Formats: sequence, C-alpha cells, structure tokens
Amino acid sequence: MANPMIATSENVTSTDPGNNFKDDFLVINNVKKSFPTVDGEYVVLNGVNLTIKQGEFICIIGHSGCGKSTLLNMVSGFSKPTSGTVKLKGKTIERPGPDRMVVFQGYALLPWLTVYENVYLAVNAVYPDKSKGEKDKIVKDHLAMVGLTEAMEKTPTQVSGGMRQRVAIARALSIRPEVLVLDEPFGALDAITKEELQEELLKIWNHSRSTVLMITHDIDEALFLADKLVMMTNGPSAAIGEVLEIPFKRPRDRARIMEMPEYYKIRNYALDFLYNRYAHDDDAK
Amino acid sequence: MAVAQKRPATTSKFTIDDKLKARIIDDYITPFVTLLILLSIWQVFSLFNQNLPGPIRVVQDTWKLILYPFYDKGGTDKGLFWQIFASLQRVLIGYSLAAVVGISVGVLIGLNRRVYKGLDPIFQILRTVPPLAWVPIALAALQQNQPAALFVIFITAVWPILINTAVGVKQIPQDYTNVAQVLQLPRSEFFFKILFPSALPYIFTGLRIAIGLAWLAIIAAEIVMSGIVGIGFFIWNAYQNGQVSEIILALVYIGLVGWGLDKLMDWLQHKILPGQVKD
Repeated sequence: MANPMIATSENVTSTDPGNNFKDDFLVINNVKKSFPTVDGEYVVLNGVNLTIKQGEFICIIGHSGCGKSTLLNMVSGFSKPTSGTVKLKGKTIERPGPDRMVVFQGYALLPWLTVYENVYLAVNAVYPDKSKGEKDKIVKDHLAMVGLTEAMEKTPTQVSGGMRQRVAIARALSIRPEVLVLDEPFGALDAITKEELQEELLKIWNHSRSTVLMITHDIDEALFLADKLVMMTNGPSAAIGEVLEIPFKRPRDRARIMEMPEYYKIRNYALDFLYNRYAHDDDAK
Repeated sequence: MAVAQKRPATTSKFTIDDKLKARIIDDYITPFVTLLILLSIWQVFSLFNQNLPGPIRVVQDTWKLILYPFYDKGGTDKGLFWQIFASLQRVLIGYSLAAVVGISVGVLIGLNRRVYKGLDPIFQILRTVPPLAWVPIALAALQQNQPAALFVIFITAVWPILINTAVGVKQIPQDYTNVAQVLQLPRSEFFFKILFPSALPYIFTGLRIAIGLAWLAIIAAEIVMSGIVGIGFFIWNAYQNGQVSEIILALVYIGLVGWGLDKLMDWLQHKILPGQVKD
C-alpha cells in the first residue's frame, strides 16, 4: 500500500527548491551517549542512527531504561551526544529552543498561572513582536482546538489530568514548532481520556503537519498514531533495533485499522521484538 | 423515595451544627478553660513565694497601665501602647531592610552555585549568633542607640530570609527551568513568571521565621539600651524599680504582639499564596 504522505512530500520538494531538508530533516548520526560513574563510563546509547523526514510522525518504543528519553533530550537540546551528531535541517543542535518544543512527561505547567497565561507565556516568548491582539488570538485558537475555551481562566491545579495534558499540547502547538517532542504524553491518563487525546492529537497534527517524535510504552498507541515505529534494543549501549513502517492510510479510524490483518501482523511483530528478542531482564518493570 | 431524599438534607444540617459546636469547643472553650486552670495554679503557687505576685496581684498593681495605654508624660514615661508602638516601628524598619536585602542576596546566591558554596558556611555560622551578642558590637560601631537597635533587628532577621530564599531558588523544579529553556524566556520573564513565584513559598517561610526573630531581637536590644521608649526598656526599667507586676504585664503584651505578628504573616501567606502554602 503506497503511503500518500510520501507522494505529497516528493511533490513539494520538486516545486520548492529552497527547502533542501525535506528528506533528511532531522538526522541522528552515529550518536553515543555515556555518563561518567564511579565504576567508569556508563554507555546509555551507542551507534544510534535515524533519519526523519519533515512532517513524519515517529513513535519510539522500548523497555524502561533503554535511553529513549536520553535520545529525545539530545533532540530537544537538553543534553549533547558524547560523540556523533544530531542535526535539524543540517544544523547541529546545541541548546533547547522553541523550534523543538517539548510536551513534558509531568506536563510542566506553571501552577500560579491560569491555563490561558500558561499558553500566553509561550506565545509571548516566541512572538515578541506580534501585537497583543494577535497573541491573544493565537492562544485562544489553540485552546479552542483542544476544547479548553471554558477552562481558560482556571489554574492547572483546578483541572483534570487530561485537561492539563491538553493545555501542554496547546502550549506546544501554539508556537508552531518544527519538531514536536512528546515524552510519554498519555502515560498517566486513564484509557478513555488517552484514546480521546490520541484522536485529538492526530486531528491537530493533520492541520499543522509538524514533525513529531513521541515516546510511548503502548504499541496500540504507536500503531494508531505513527508513520514509523522505532524499536530500541535494551541498554546499556542501546541502539535502534528496527524501524517499522505503519502503512495505514490517514485519516485513520481506530476501529477500522484494528480490523485489518496487517494490524495484528505488525502488532505481533513488535510484541515479539519487545518480549522475546529483547525481553527485559527484570520482570518487576 | 421523597422521604429518603429529604433525610440526608436534614442530617447534613445537623452535622454542620455539630461541626460548628465541636469547633467552638476545640478552638475557644478548651484553651480558655486551660488558661483558667493555669492561672489558678499560678495563683496557688504565688501564695508560697512572696517575690512572685499572683495573677490577681498583677492586675491590681497594673490596673492603671491596663486602663490607660495611651498616656504620655514625656520622656520614657509613656503608656504601654506607645512603648509597644515604638518597638514595633523599629521592628518594621529593621525587618523591611532585612527582607529587601535577604530576598535579593538570597536570589543571587541561589542562582550561582559557586557563590552559594562560598557563602553558605559563613551564613550558617553567622545565623546562629544570638541577637544579644550583636548588641555590643552594634553599639560600639554605631555609637547611638537607635541605629544600633535597627542593626540588631536587621542582622537577626536577615539570615532566615536569605537562606530560605536561596534554597527556594535552588529548588525550582527542573520542569519549570526546562520550560524556560525551551521557550528561551527573557531573563525578566524568567524572574517574574518562574523564579519568583516558585521560590515564594520558601521566601514566606523565611519571612515568617524572621518576624518572630525580629520581635525577639528588639526586646533583647532595647533592654540594654537605656533611655529609649520601647517595651524592652520598659521591662528593664520596671525591674530596676522592683515592679515585678509590670514586668509580667509587659511579658503578656509582648507575647500577644508576637503571636499577632505571626498570625499576620500567616494570613498574608494564605492571601498571596492560596492553595500552595508550604508549612
């Protein structure tokens, strides 16, 4: 089954010669990350290679402690690789920046600001030259997009976990990042809220089509959302084990894709990778 | 069905009444009865010790001071209101100074690891110096009673504010600084939207400890500074004249004012930081 996404991106490349990084938009090249410990160097990641096209939705899956978050931290710029490079549009990533906005694991909303003010803080920081009215409109549009217009004046502590995650997503998307980095965004949510938010995220992503890098523990979540599923081997010295193409056409319908025979083929393949070929040593996790 | 619905409404009304009753008993009647018991023990005790007047004698002896807190016969011979007012004024000035210096220096050393490591041991030692120990050096250096008193309050109150502020700044959750980094927030935005609100509960803890210490310090400072109006010197003067009842009355007032100051800070803390007070 041909992926219509690739067809469009090829079309755009040919008509838009100014943009040379459509296909190697985000390039992780031979990255190694190690931390010094009392017992010597501890290598978390070694020989990680990944090339991501512009507009791709990538899910990363792997056991706890395999360095998924470490890898994401190097994309967002919070840490640098010990060796190797991470480049966005040909430029090495040196520090965090709003072009690679992060949706943090714990939401990271400021509890003393209202929902509106939390998003406004981001918009105001990234677009200092826009007028107050323009910034206000951006904030309100994005809050409306995640269905939070009613809760605008509440503080994060006054709303539910699902709503907090919506605020975090609205904040991240309001500044139109080139790469959206999500670290297990739905891990702490109940199953129903989780599915709702997955659908909303897809809907919004359909509009913005920014490149998405998302860590997940949930294979079904990855199969529903991603273009590619990156499966990591176990640490120490973890690397990328395999990259699976998720061929389902967009827009996706959860019930429909779950009926497809391919769905279970891919799902079982991924499960086999995680629980047989790279089973985690300690079962406590 | 209708009965079943009505019933919980009436019971809940009863429980509200019961709760209110329990609160009145807990918060007012119990402390009041305890106070009466303690006063009677004191009264009985004073029967065996002629040097310590009992509560009834104290009230008899100081009746005039209690009734006329606003009298002013010039010099240091003023009513208790004016004595306390003078002391509170000193506390206000010294404490405000300590708050300004403590918060700004605290933020500075909280942000810079090297400066923090360098200054923290010195601060930890200086903060344990009791207020009274500062008095001679303050008098020697400043020569005059008034500025010396202010200095003693300042130097006593500044440490908890400074140290708590520094800790508060150091403890800003990583999540918040990460947000600031990703958004590349300008310094002023970072300060007012993240650093200050995040450290505020710690700053308030420091301010609240400091107000108690400042009140403690002023009494100590005034006792050795003769010839100034203030509740501390009032006590010393009463002691010199052998008026033990006046000392006891002044102690009660000092306690009440100290308690009031603490309650004021508590109220302010809840007012400014609703829902995120750290105790």
